Amino acid sequence: MKRMTILAAGTFLGLSAPAFAQTEITWWHGMGGQLGDVVNQIAADFNDSQEDYRIVPVFKGTYEETLTATIAAFRAGEQPNVVQVFDAGAATVIGAPGAVLPVEDLMKDNGIPFDIEDYIAGVRYFFADSDGKMIGMPFNSSTPVLYFNTEAMEKAGVTAPKTWEEFQDVTAPALKEAGYIPLTQSHMPWIFTENFFSRHNLPFASANNGFDSNEVTINMDSPEIKSHFEAFKGWIDGGLAGFYGAAWDDNAKPFEAGEVAMWLGSSGSFGGLSEKAGFDFSATYLPYWEGITTDPKQTFIGGAANFAMTGHSDEENKATAEFFRYLTSPEVQYMWHRETGYVPITTAAYELAKEDGHYDRFPAAEIGIQQLTLPAGEFTKGYRMGFYVQIRDVMNREYTRYLTGETSLDDAFAAIKSEADELLARFAQTQQ
Amino acid sequence: MKRARFHHRLLPVLLLVPQLTIIVIFFYWPAWNAVQSSFFLQDPFGFGSQFVGLDNYSRLFRSAEYMKVARFTLIFTLLVTGFSLGLALLLAVKADKVIRGARTYRTLLMWVYAVAPPVAGLIGVALFDQNIGAMTRLFSGLGHDFRLGVNYLDTAAAMVIVSVWIQTPVNFIFFLSGLQSIPQGVKEAALIDNPSGLRRFWEVTFPLLAPTAFFLLIINITYALFDTFGIIDTLVKNNPASNPMTLVYKVFIDGFRGNDIGGSSAQSVVLMVLVLILTVVQFRLLERRIHYT
Repeated sequence: MKRMTILAAGTFLGLSAPAFAQTEITWWHGMGGQLGDVVNQIAADFNDSQEDYRIVPVFKGTYEETLTATIAAFRAGEQPNVVQVFDAGAATVIGAPGAVLPVEDLMKDNGIPFDIEDYIAGVRYFFADSDGKMIGMPFNSSTPVLYFNTEAMEKAGVTAPKTWEEFQDVTAPALKEAGYIPLTQSHMPWIFTENFFSRHNLPFASANNGFDSNEVTINMDSPEIKSHFEAFKGWIDGGLAGFYGAAWDDNAKPFEAGEVAMWLGSSGSFGGLSEKAGFDFSATYLPYWEGITTDPKQTFIGGAANFAMTGHSDEENKATAEFFRYLTSPEVQYMWHRETGYVPITTAAYELAKEDGHYDRFPAAEIGIQQLTLPAGEFTKGYRMGFYVQIRDVMNREYTRYLTGETSLDDAFAAIKSEADELLARFAQTQQ
Repeated sequence: MKRARFHHRLLPVLLLVPQLTIIVIFFYWPAWNAVQSSFFLQDPFGFGSQFVGLDNYSRLFRSAEYMKVARFTLIFTLLVTGFSLGLALLLAVKADKVIRGARTYRTLLMWVYAVAPPVAGLIGVALFDQNIGAMTRLFSGLGHDFRLGVNYLDTAAAMVIVSVWIQTPVNFIFFLSGLQSIPQGVKEAALIDNPSGLRRFWEVTFPLLAPTAFFLLIINITYALFDTFGIIDTLVKNNPASNPMTLVYKVFIDGFRGNDIGGSSAQSVVLMVLVLILTVVQFRLLERRIHYT
């Protein structure tokens, strides 16, 4: 009996002592599947690496669902310490200064050195405010790249196209001849719209792509974007491209199944694709139209950033800062990059990956970061627009209608322009 | 008729309190909140809101998109209600006549009732998927390229089929029990008067089933308007794009996905008014024609 008591007391002390001293923080994220496994691994490694802090990652569904859950939680005063917010939600969180702690301030207040110059050029300012102060810590940074089935390309006797002209005149007809659907893409607003503007260095919106003001209008009436979609429809109708709707996976699956020869996806798809595809594949840059520019630029980063939320104690904020320090260390960044394909966000991590010979083993893994470090242009920094999730939904709606013949090119783009501008004006009104 | 009376005035009130509390907390309070925020424009995080009067409403009625969703909702409701009631009635009448193995047969027909709408949606996705769907293959064998999530009408058809499939067993159970409660004597008398099975059904059986049918009509309209949410959500796979959607789903898309609280509150108020009108119309116009036994 006595021994039992001692044993029980020992167990009690043994369990509660470290728990008492530990500061626990929560991290809401939208990384499912293989990506979620890596996120859990990072959290577990952080918890094992020290004894003072413990982070609990929670998968909250898609990016949109994660943002909505966070907003609802914030309104109820139950927000997590760290939340992952995606590119399209950036304006919403950055436009709410009372809700997030700028990562730059968080790090400095907790005595952790922070220099924005440590981050690679492409990711530096996407999640920053108009003064260039970093608000969200870039986490899973990705960019659209063109994956191709090596065997299919060899069979058709072609190489991956650099330009869309080459695609439609040479690559696609040869692939079609070889019995493949030449191309699919998984995200029209991201790949064929936002990054279309960036790659060709065209202004996507007024007021410096929306960074300078909330009074912004979108350039969806530009003739270049319209002719791109006109060409895309031509390819679909002519059997040079496949279209399976707005859902990401519906367009990715035929590529994974080997029916489609080339697929425009995310550099962050690399890890999952390596597991799923039963064939050799590689990747190259997002093609551009030679007819629009002969000097293509870098693309926007996509993906998401981690934001520290307000309303927590100093100890918890300290824990968040320590977690960010851990997360941005070259080793962790390299591990994340290696396992998923998301680009390393610091120069140090990129150098580490190079030294380790990662790109000698997997040349395709370097495409994303190389594309992000291509020469920058006036309009390649990113965009900042509110209610952008809704704007993307409008784009998807009208694009699909146009591609399935429900509406005309002019009507589709006129609808996007007017509805998006109305949403932007409405968002500006909420920010007064 | 003798009426029961309470001797204390407080007792009935006390007995009503739990029920009323639930209604106030879970219905009146949120409804009032929705009405209130439909007159405001808020930033998503709730830091500030400004009074915009009827702007959220006028925006809705100017929107061609909203009108398109409203039209779809109307057609969808008619189709789902019509098919699931019609099919269930047919099955119930036939099942009522089965003698051998009746129990097994009926259980099999009710089976689907146990499937939750989102699960039904997932089954629908699996059946109609563009790449692996069995139904998609069936359609392509028939010469139609069925494209869920791409073609508006195909997606709408999938939504209607899955919704009808889930609702039919519920209606079937009610119709069957309705049929079985018709006195044998009445049926036999009708048989003597009228040898035509079809006429007997419309002139004797159906009027006797009317209270059940009326109840089911209301249940089915409510189902098509509101409870199909899970099915629609899984079928569009988080990508509204050009897919058809119902008014309720639109409230969710604008409010929870688009973070436009004011706009989606206005939409839910419109829905509340719609349901109110519907209820009044149903009870005023339809119920008069029905005789309860």
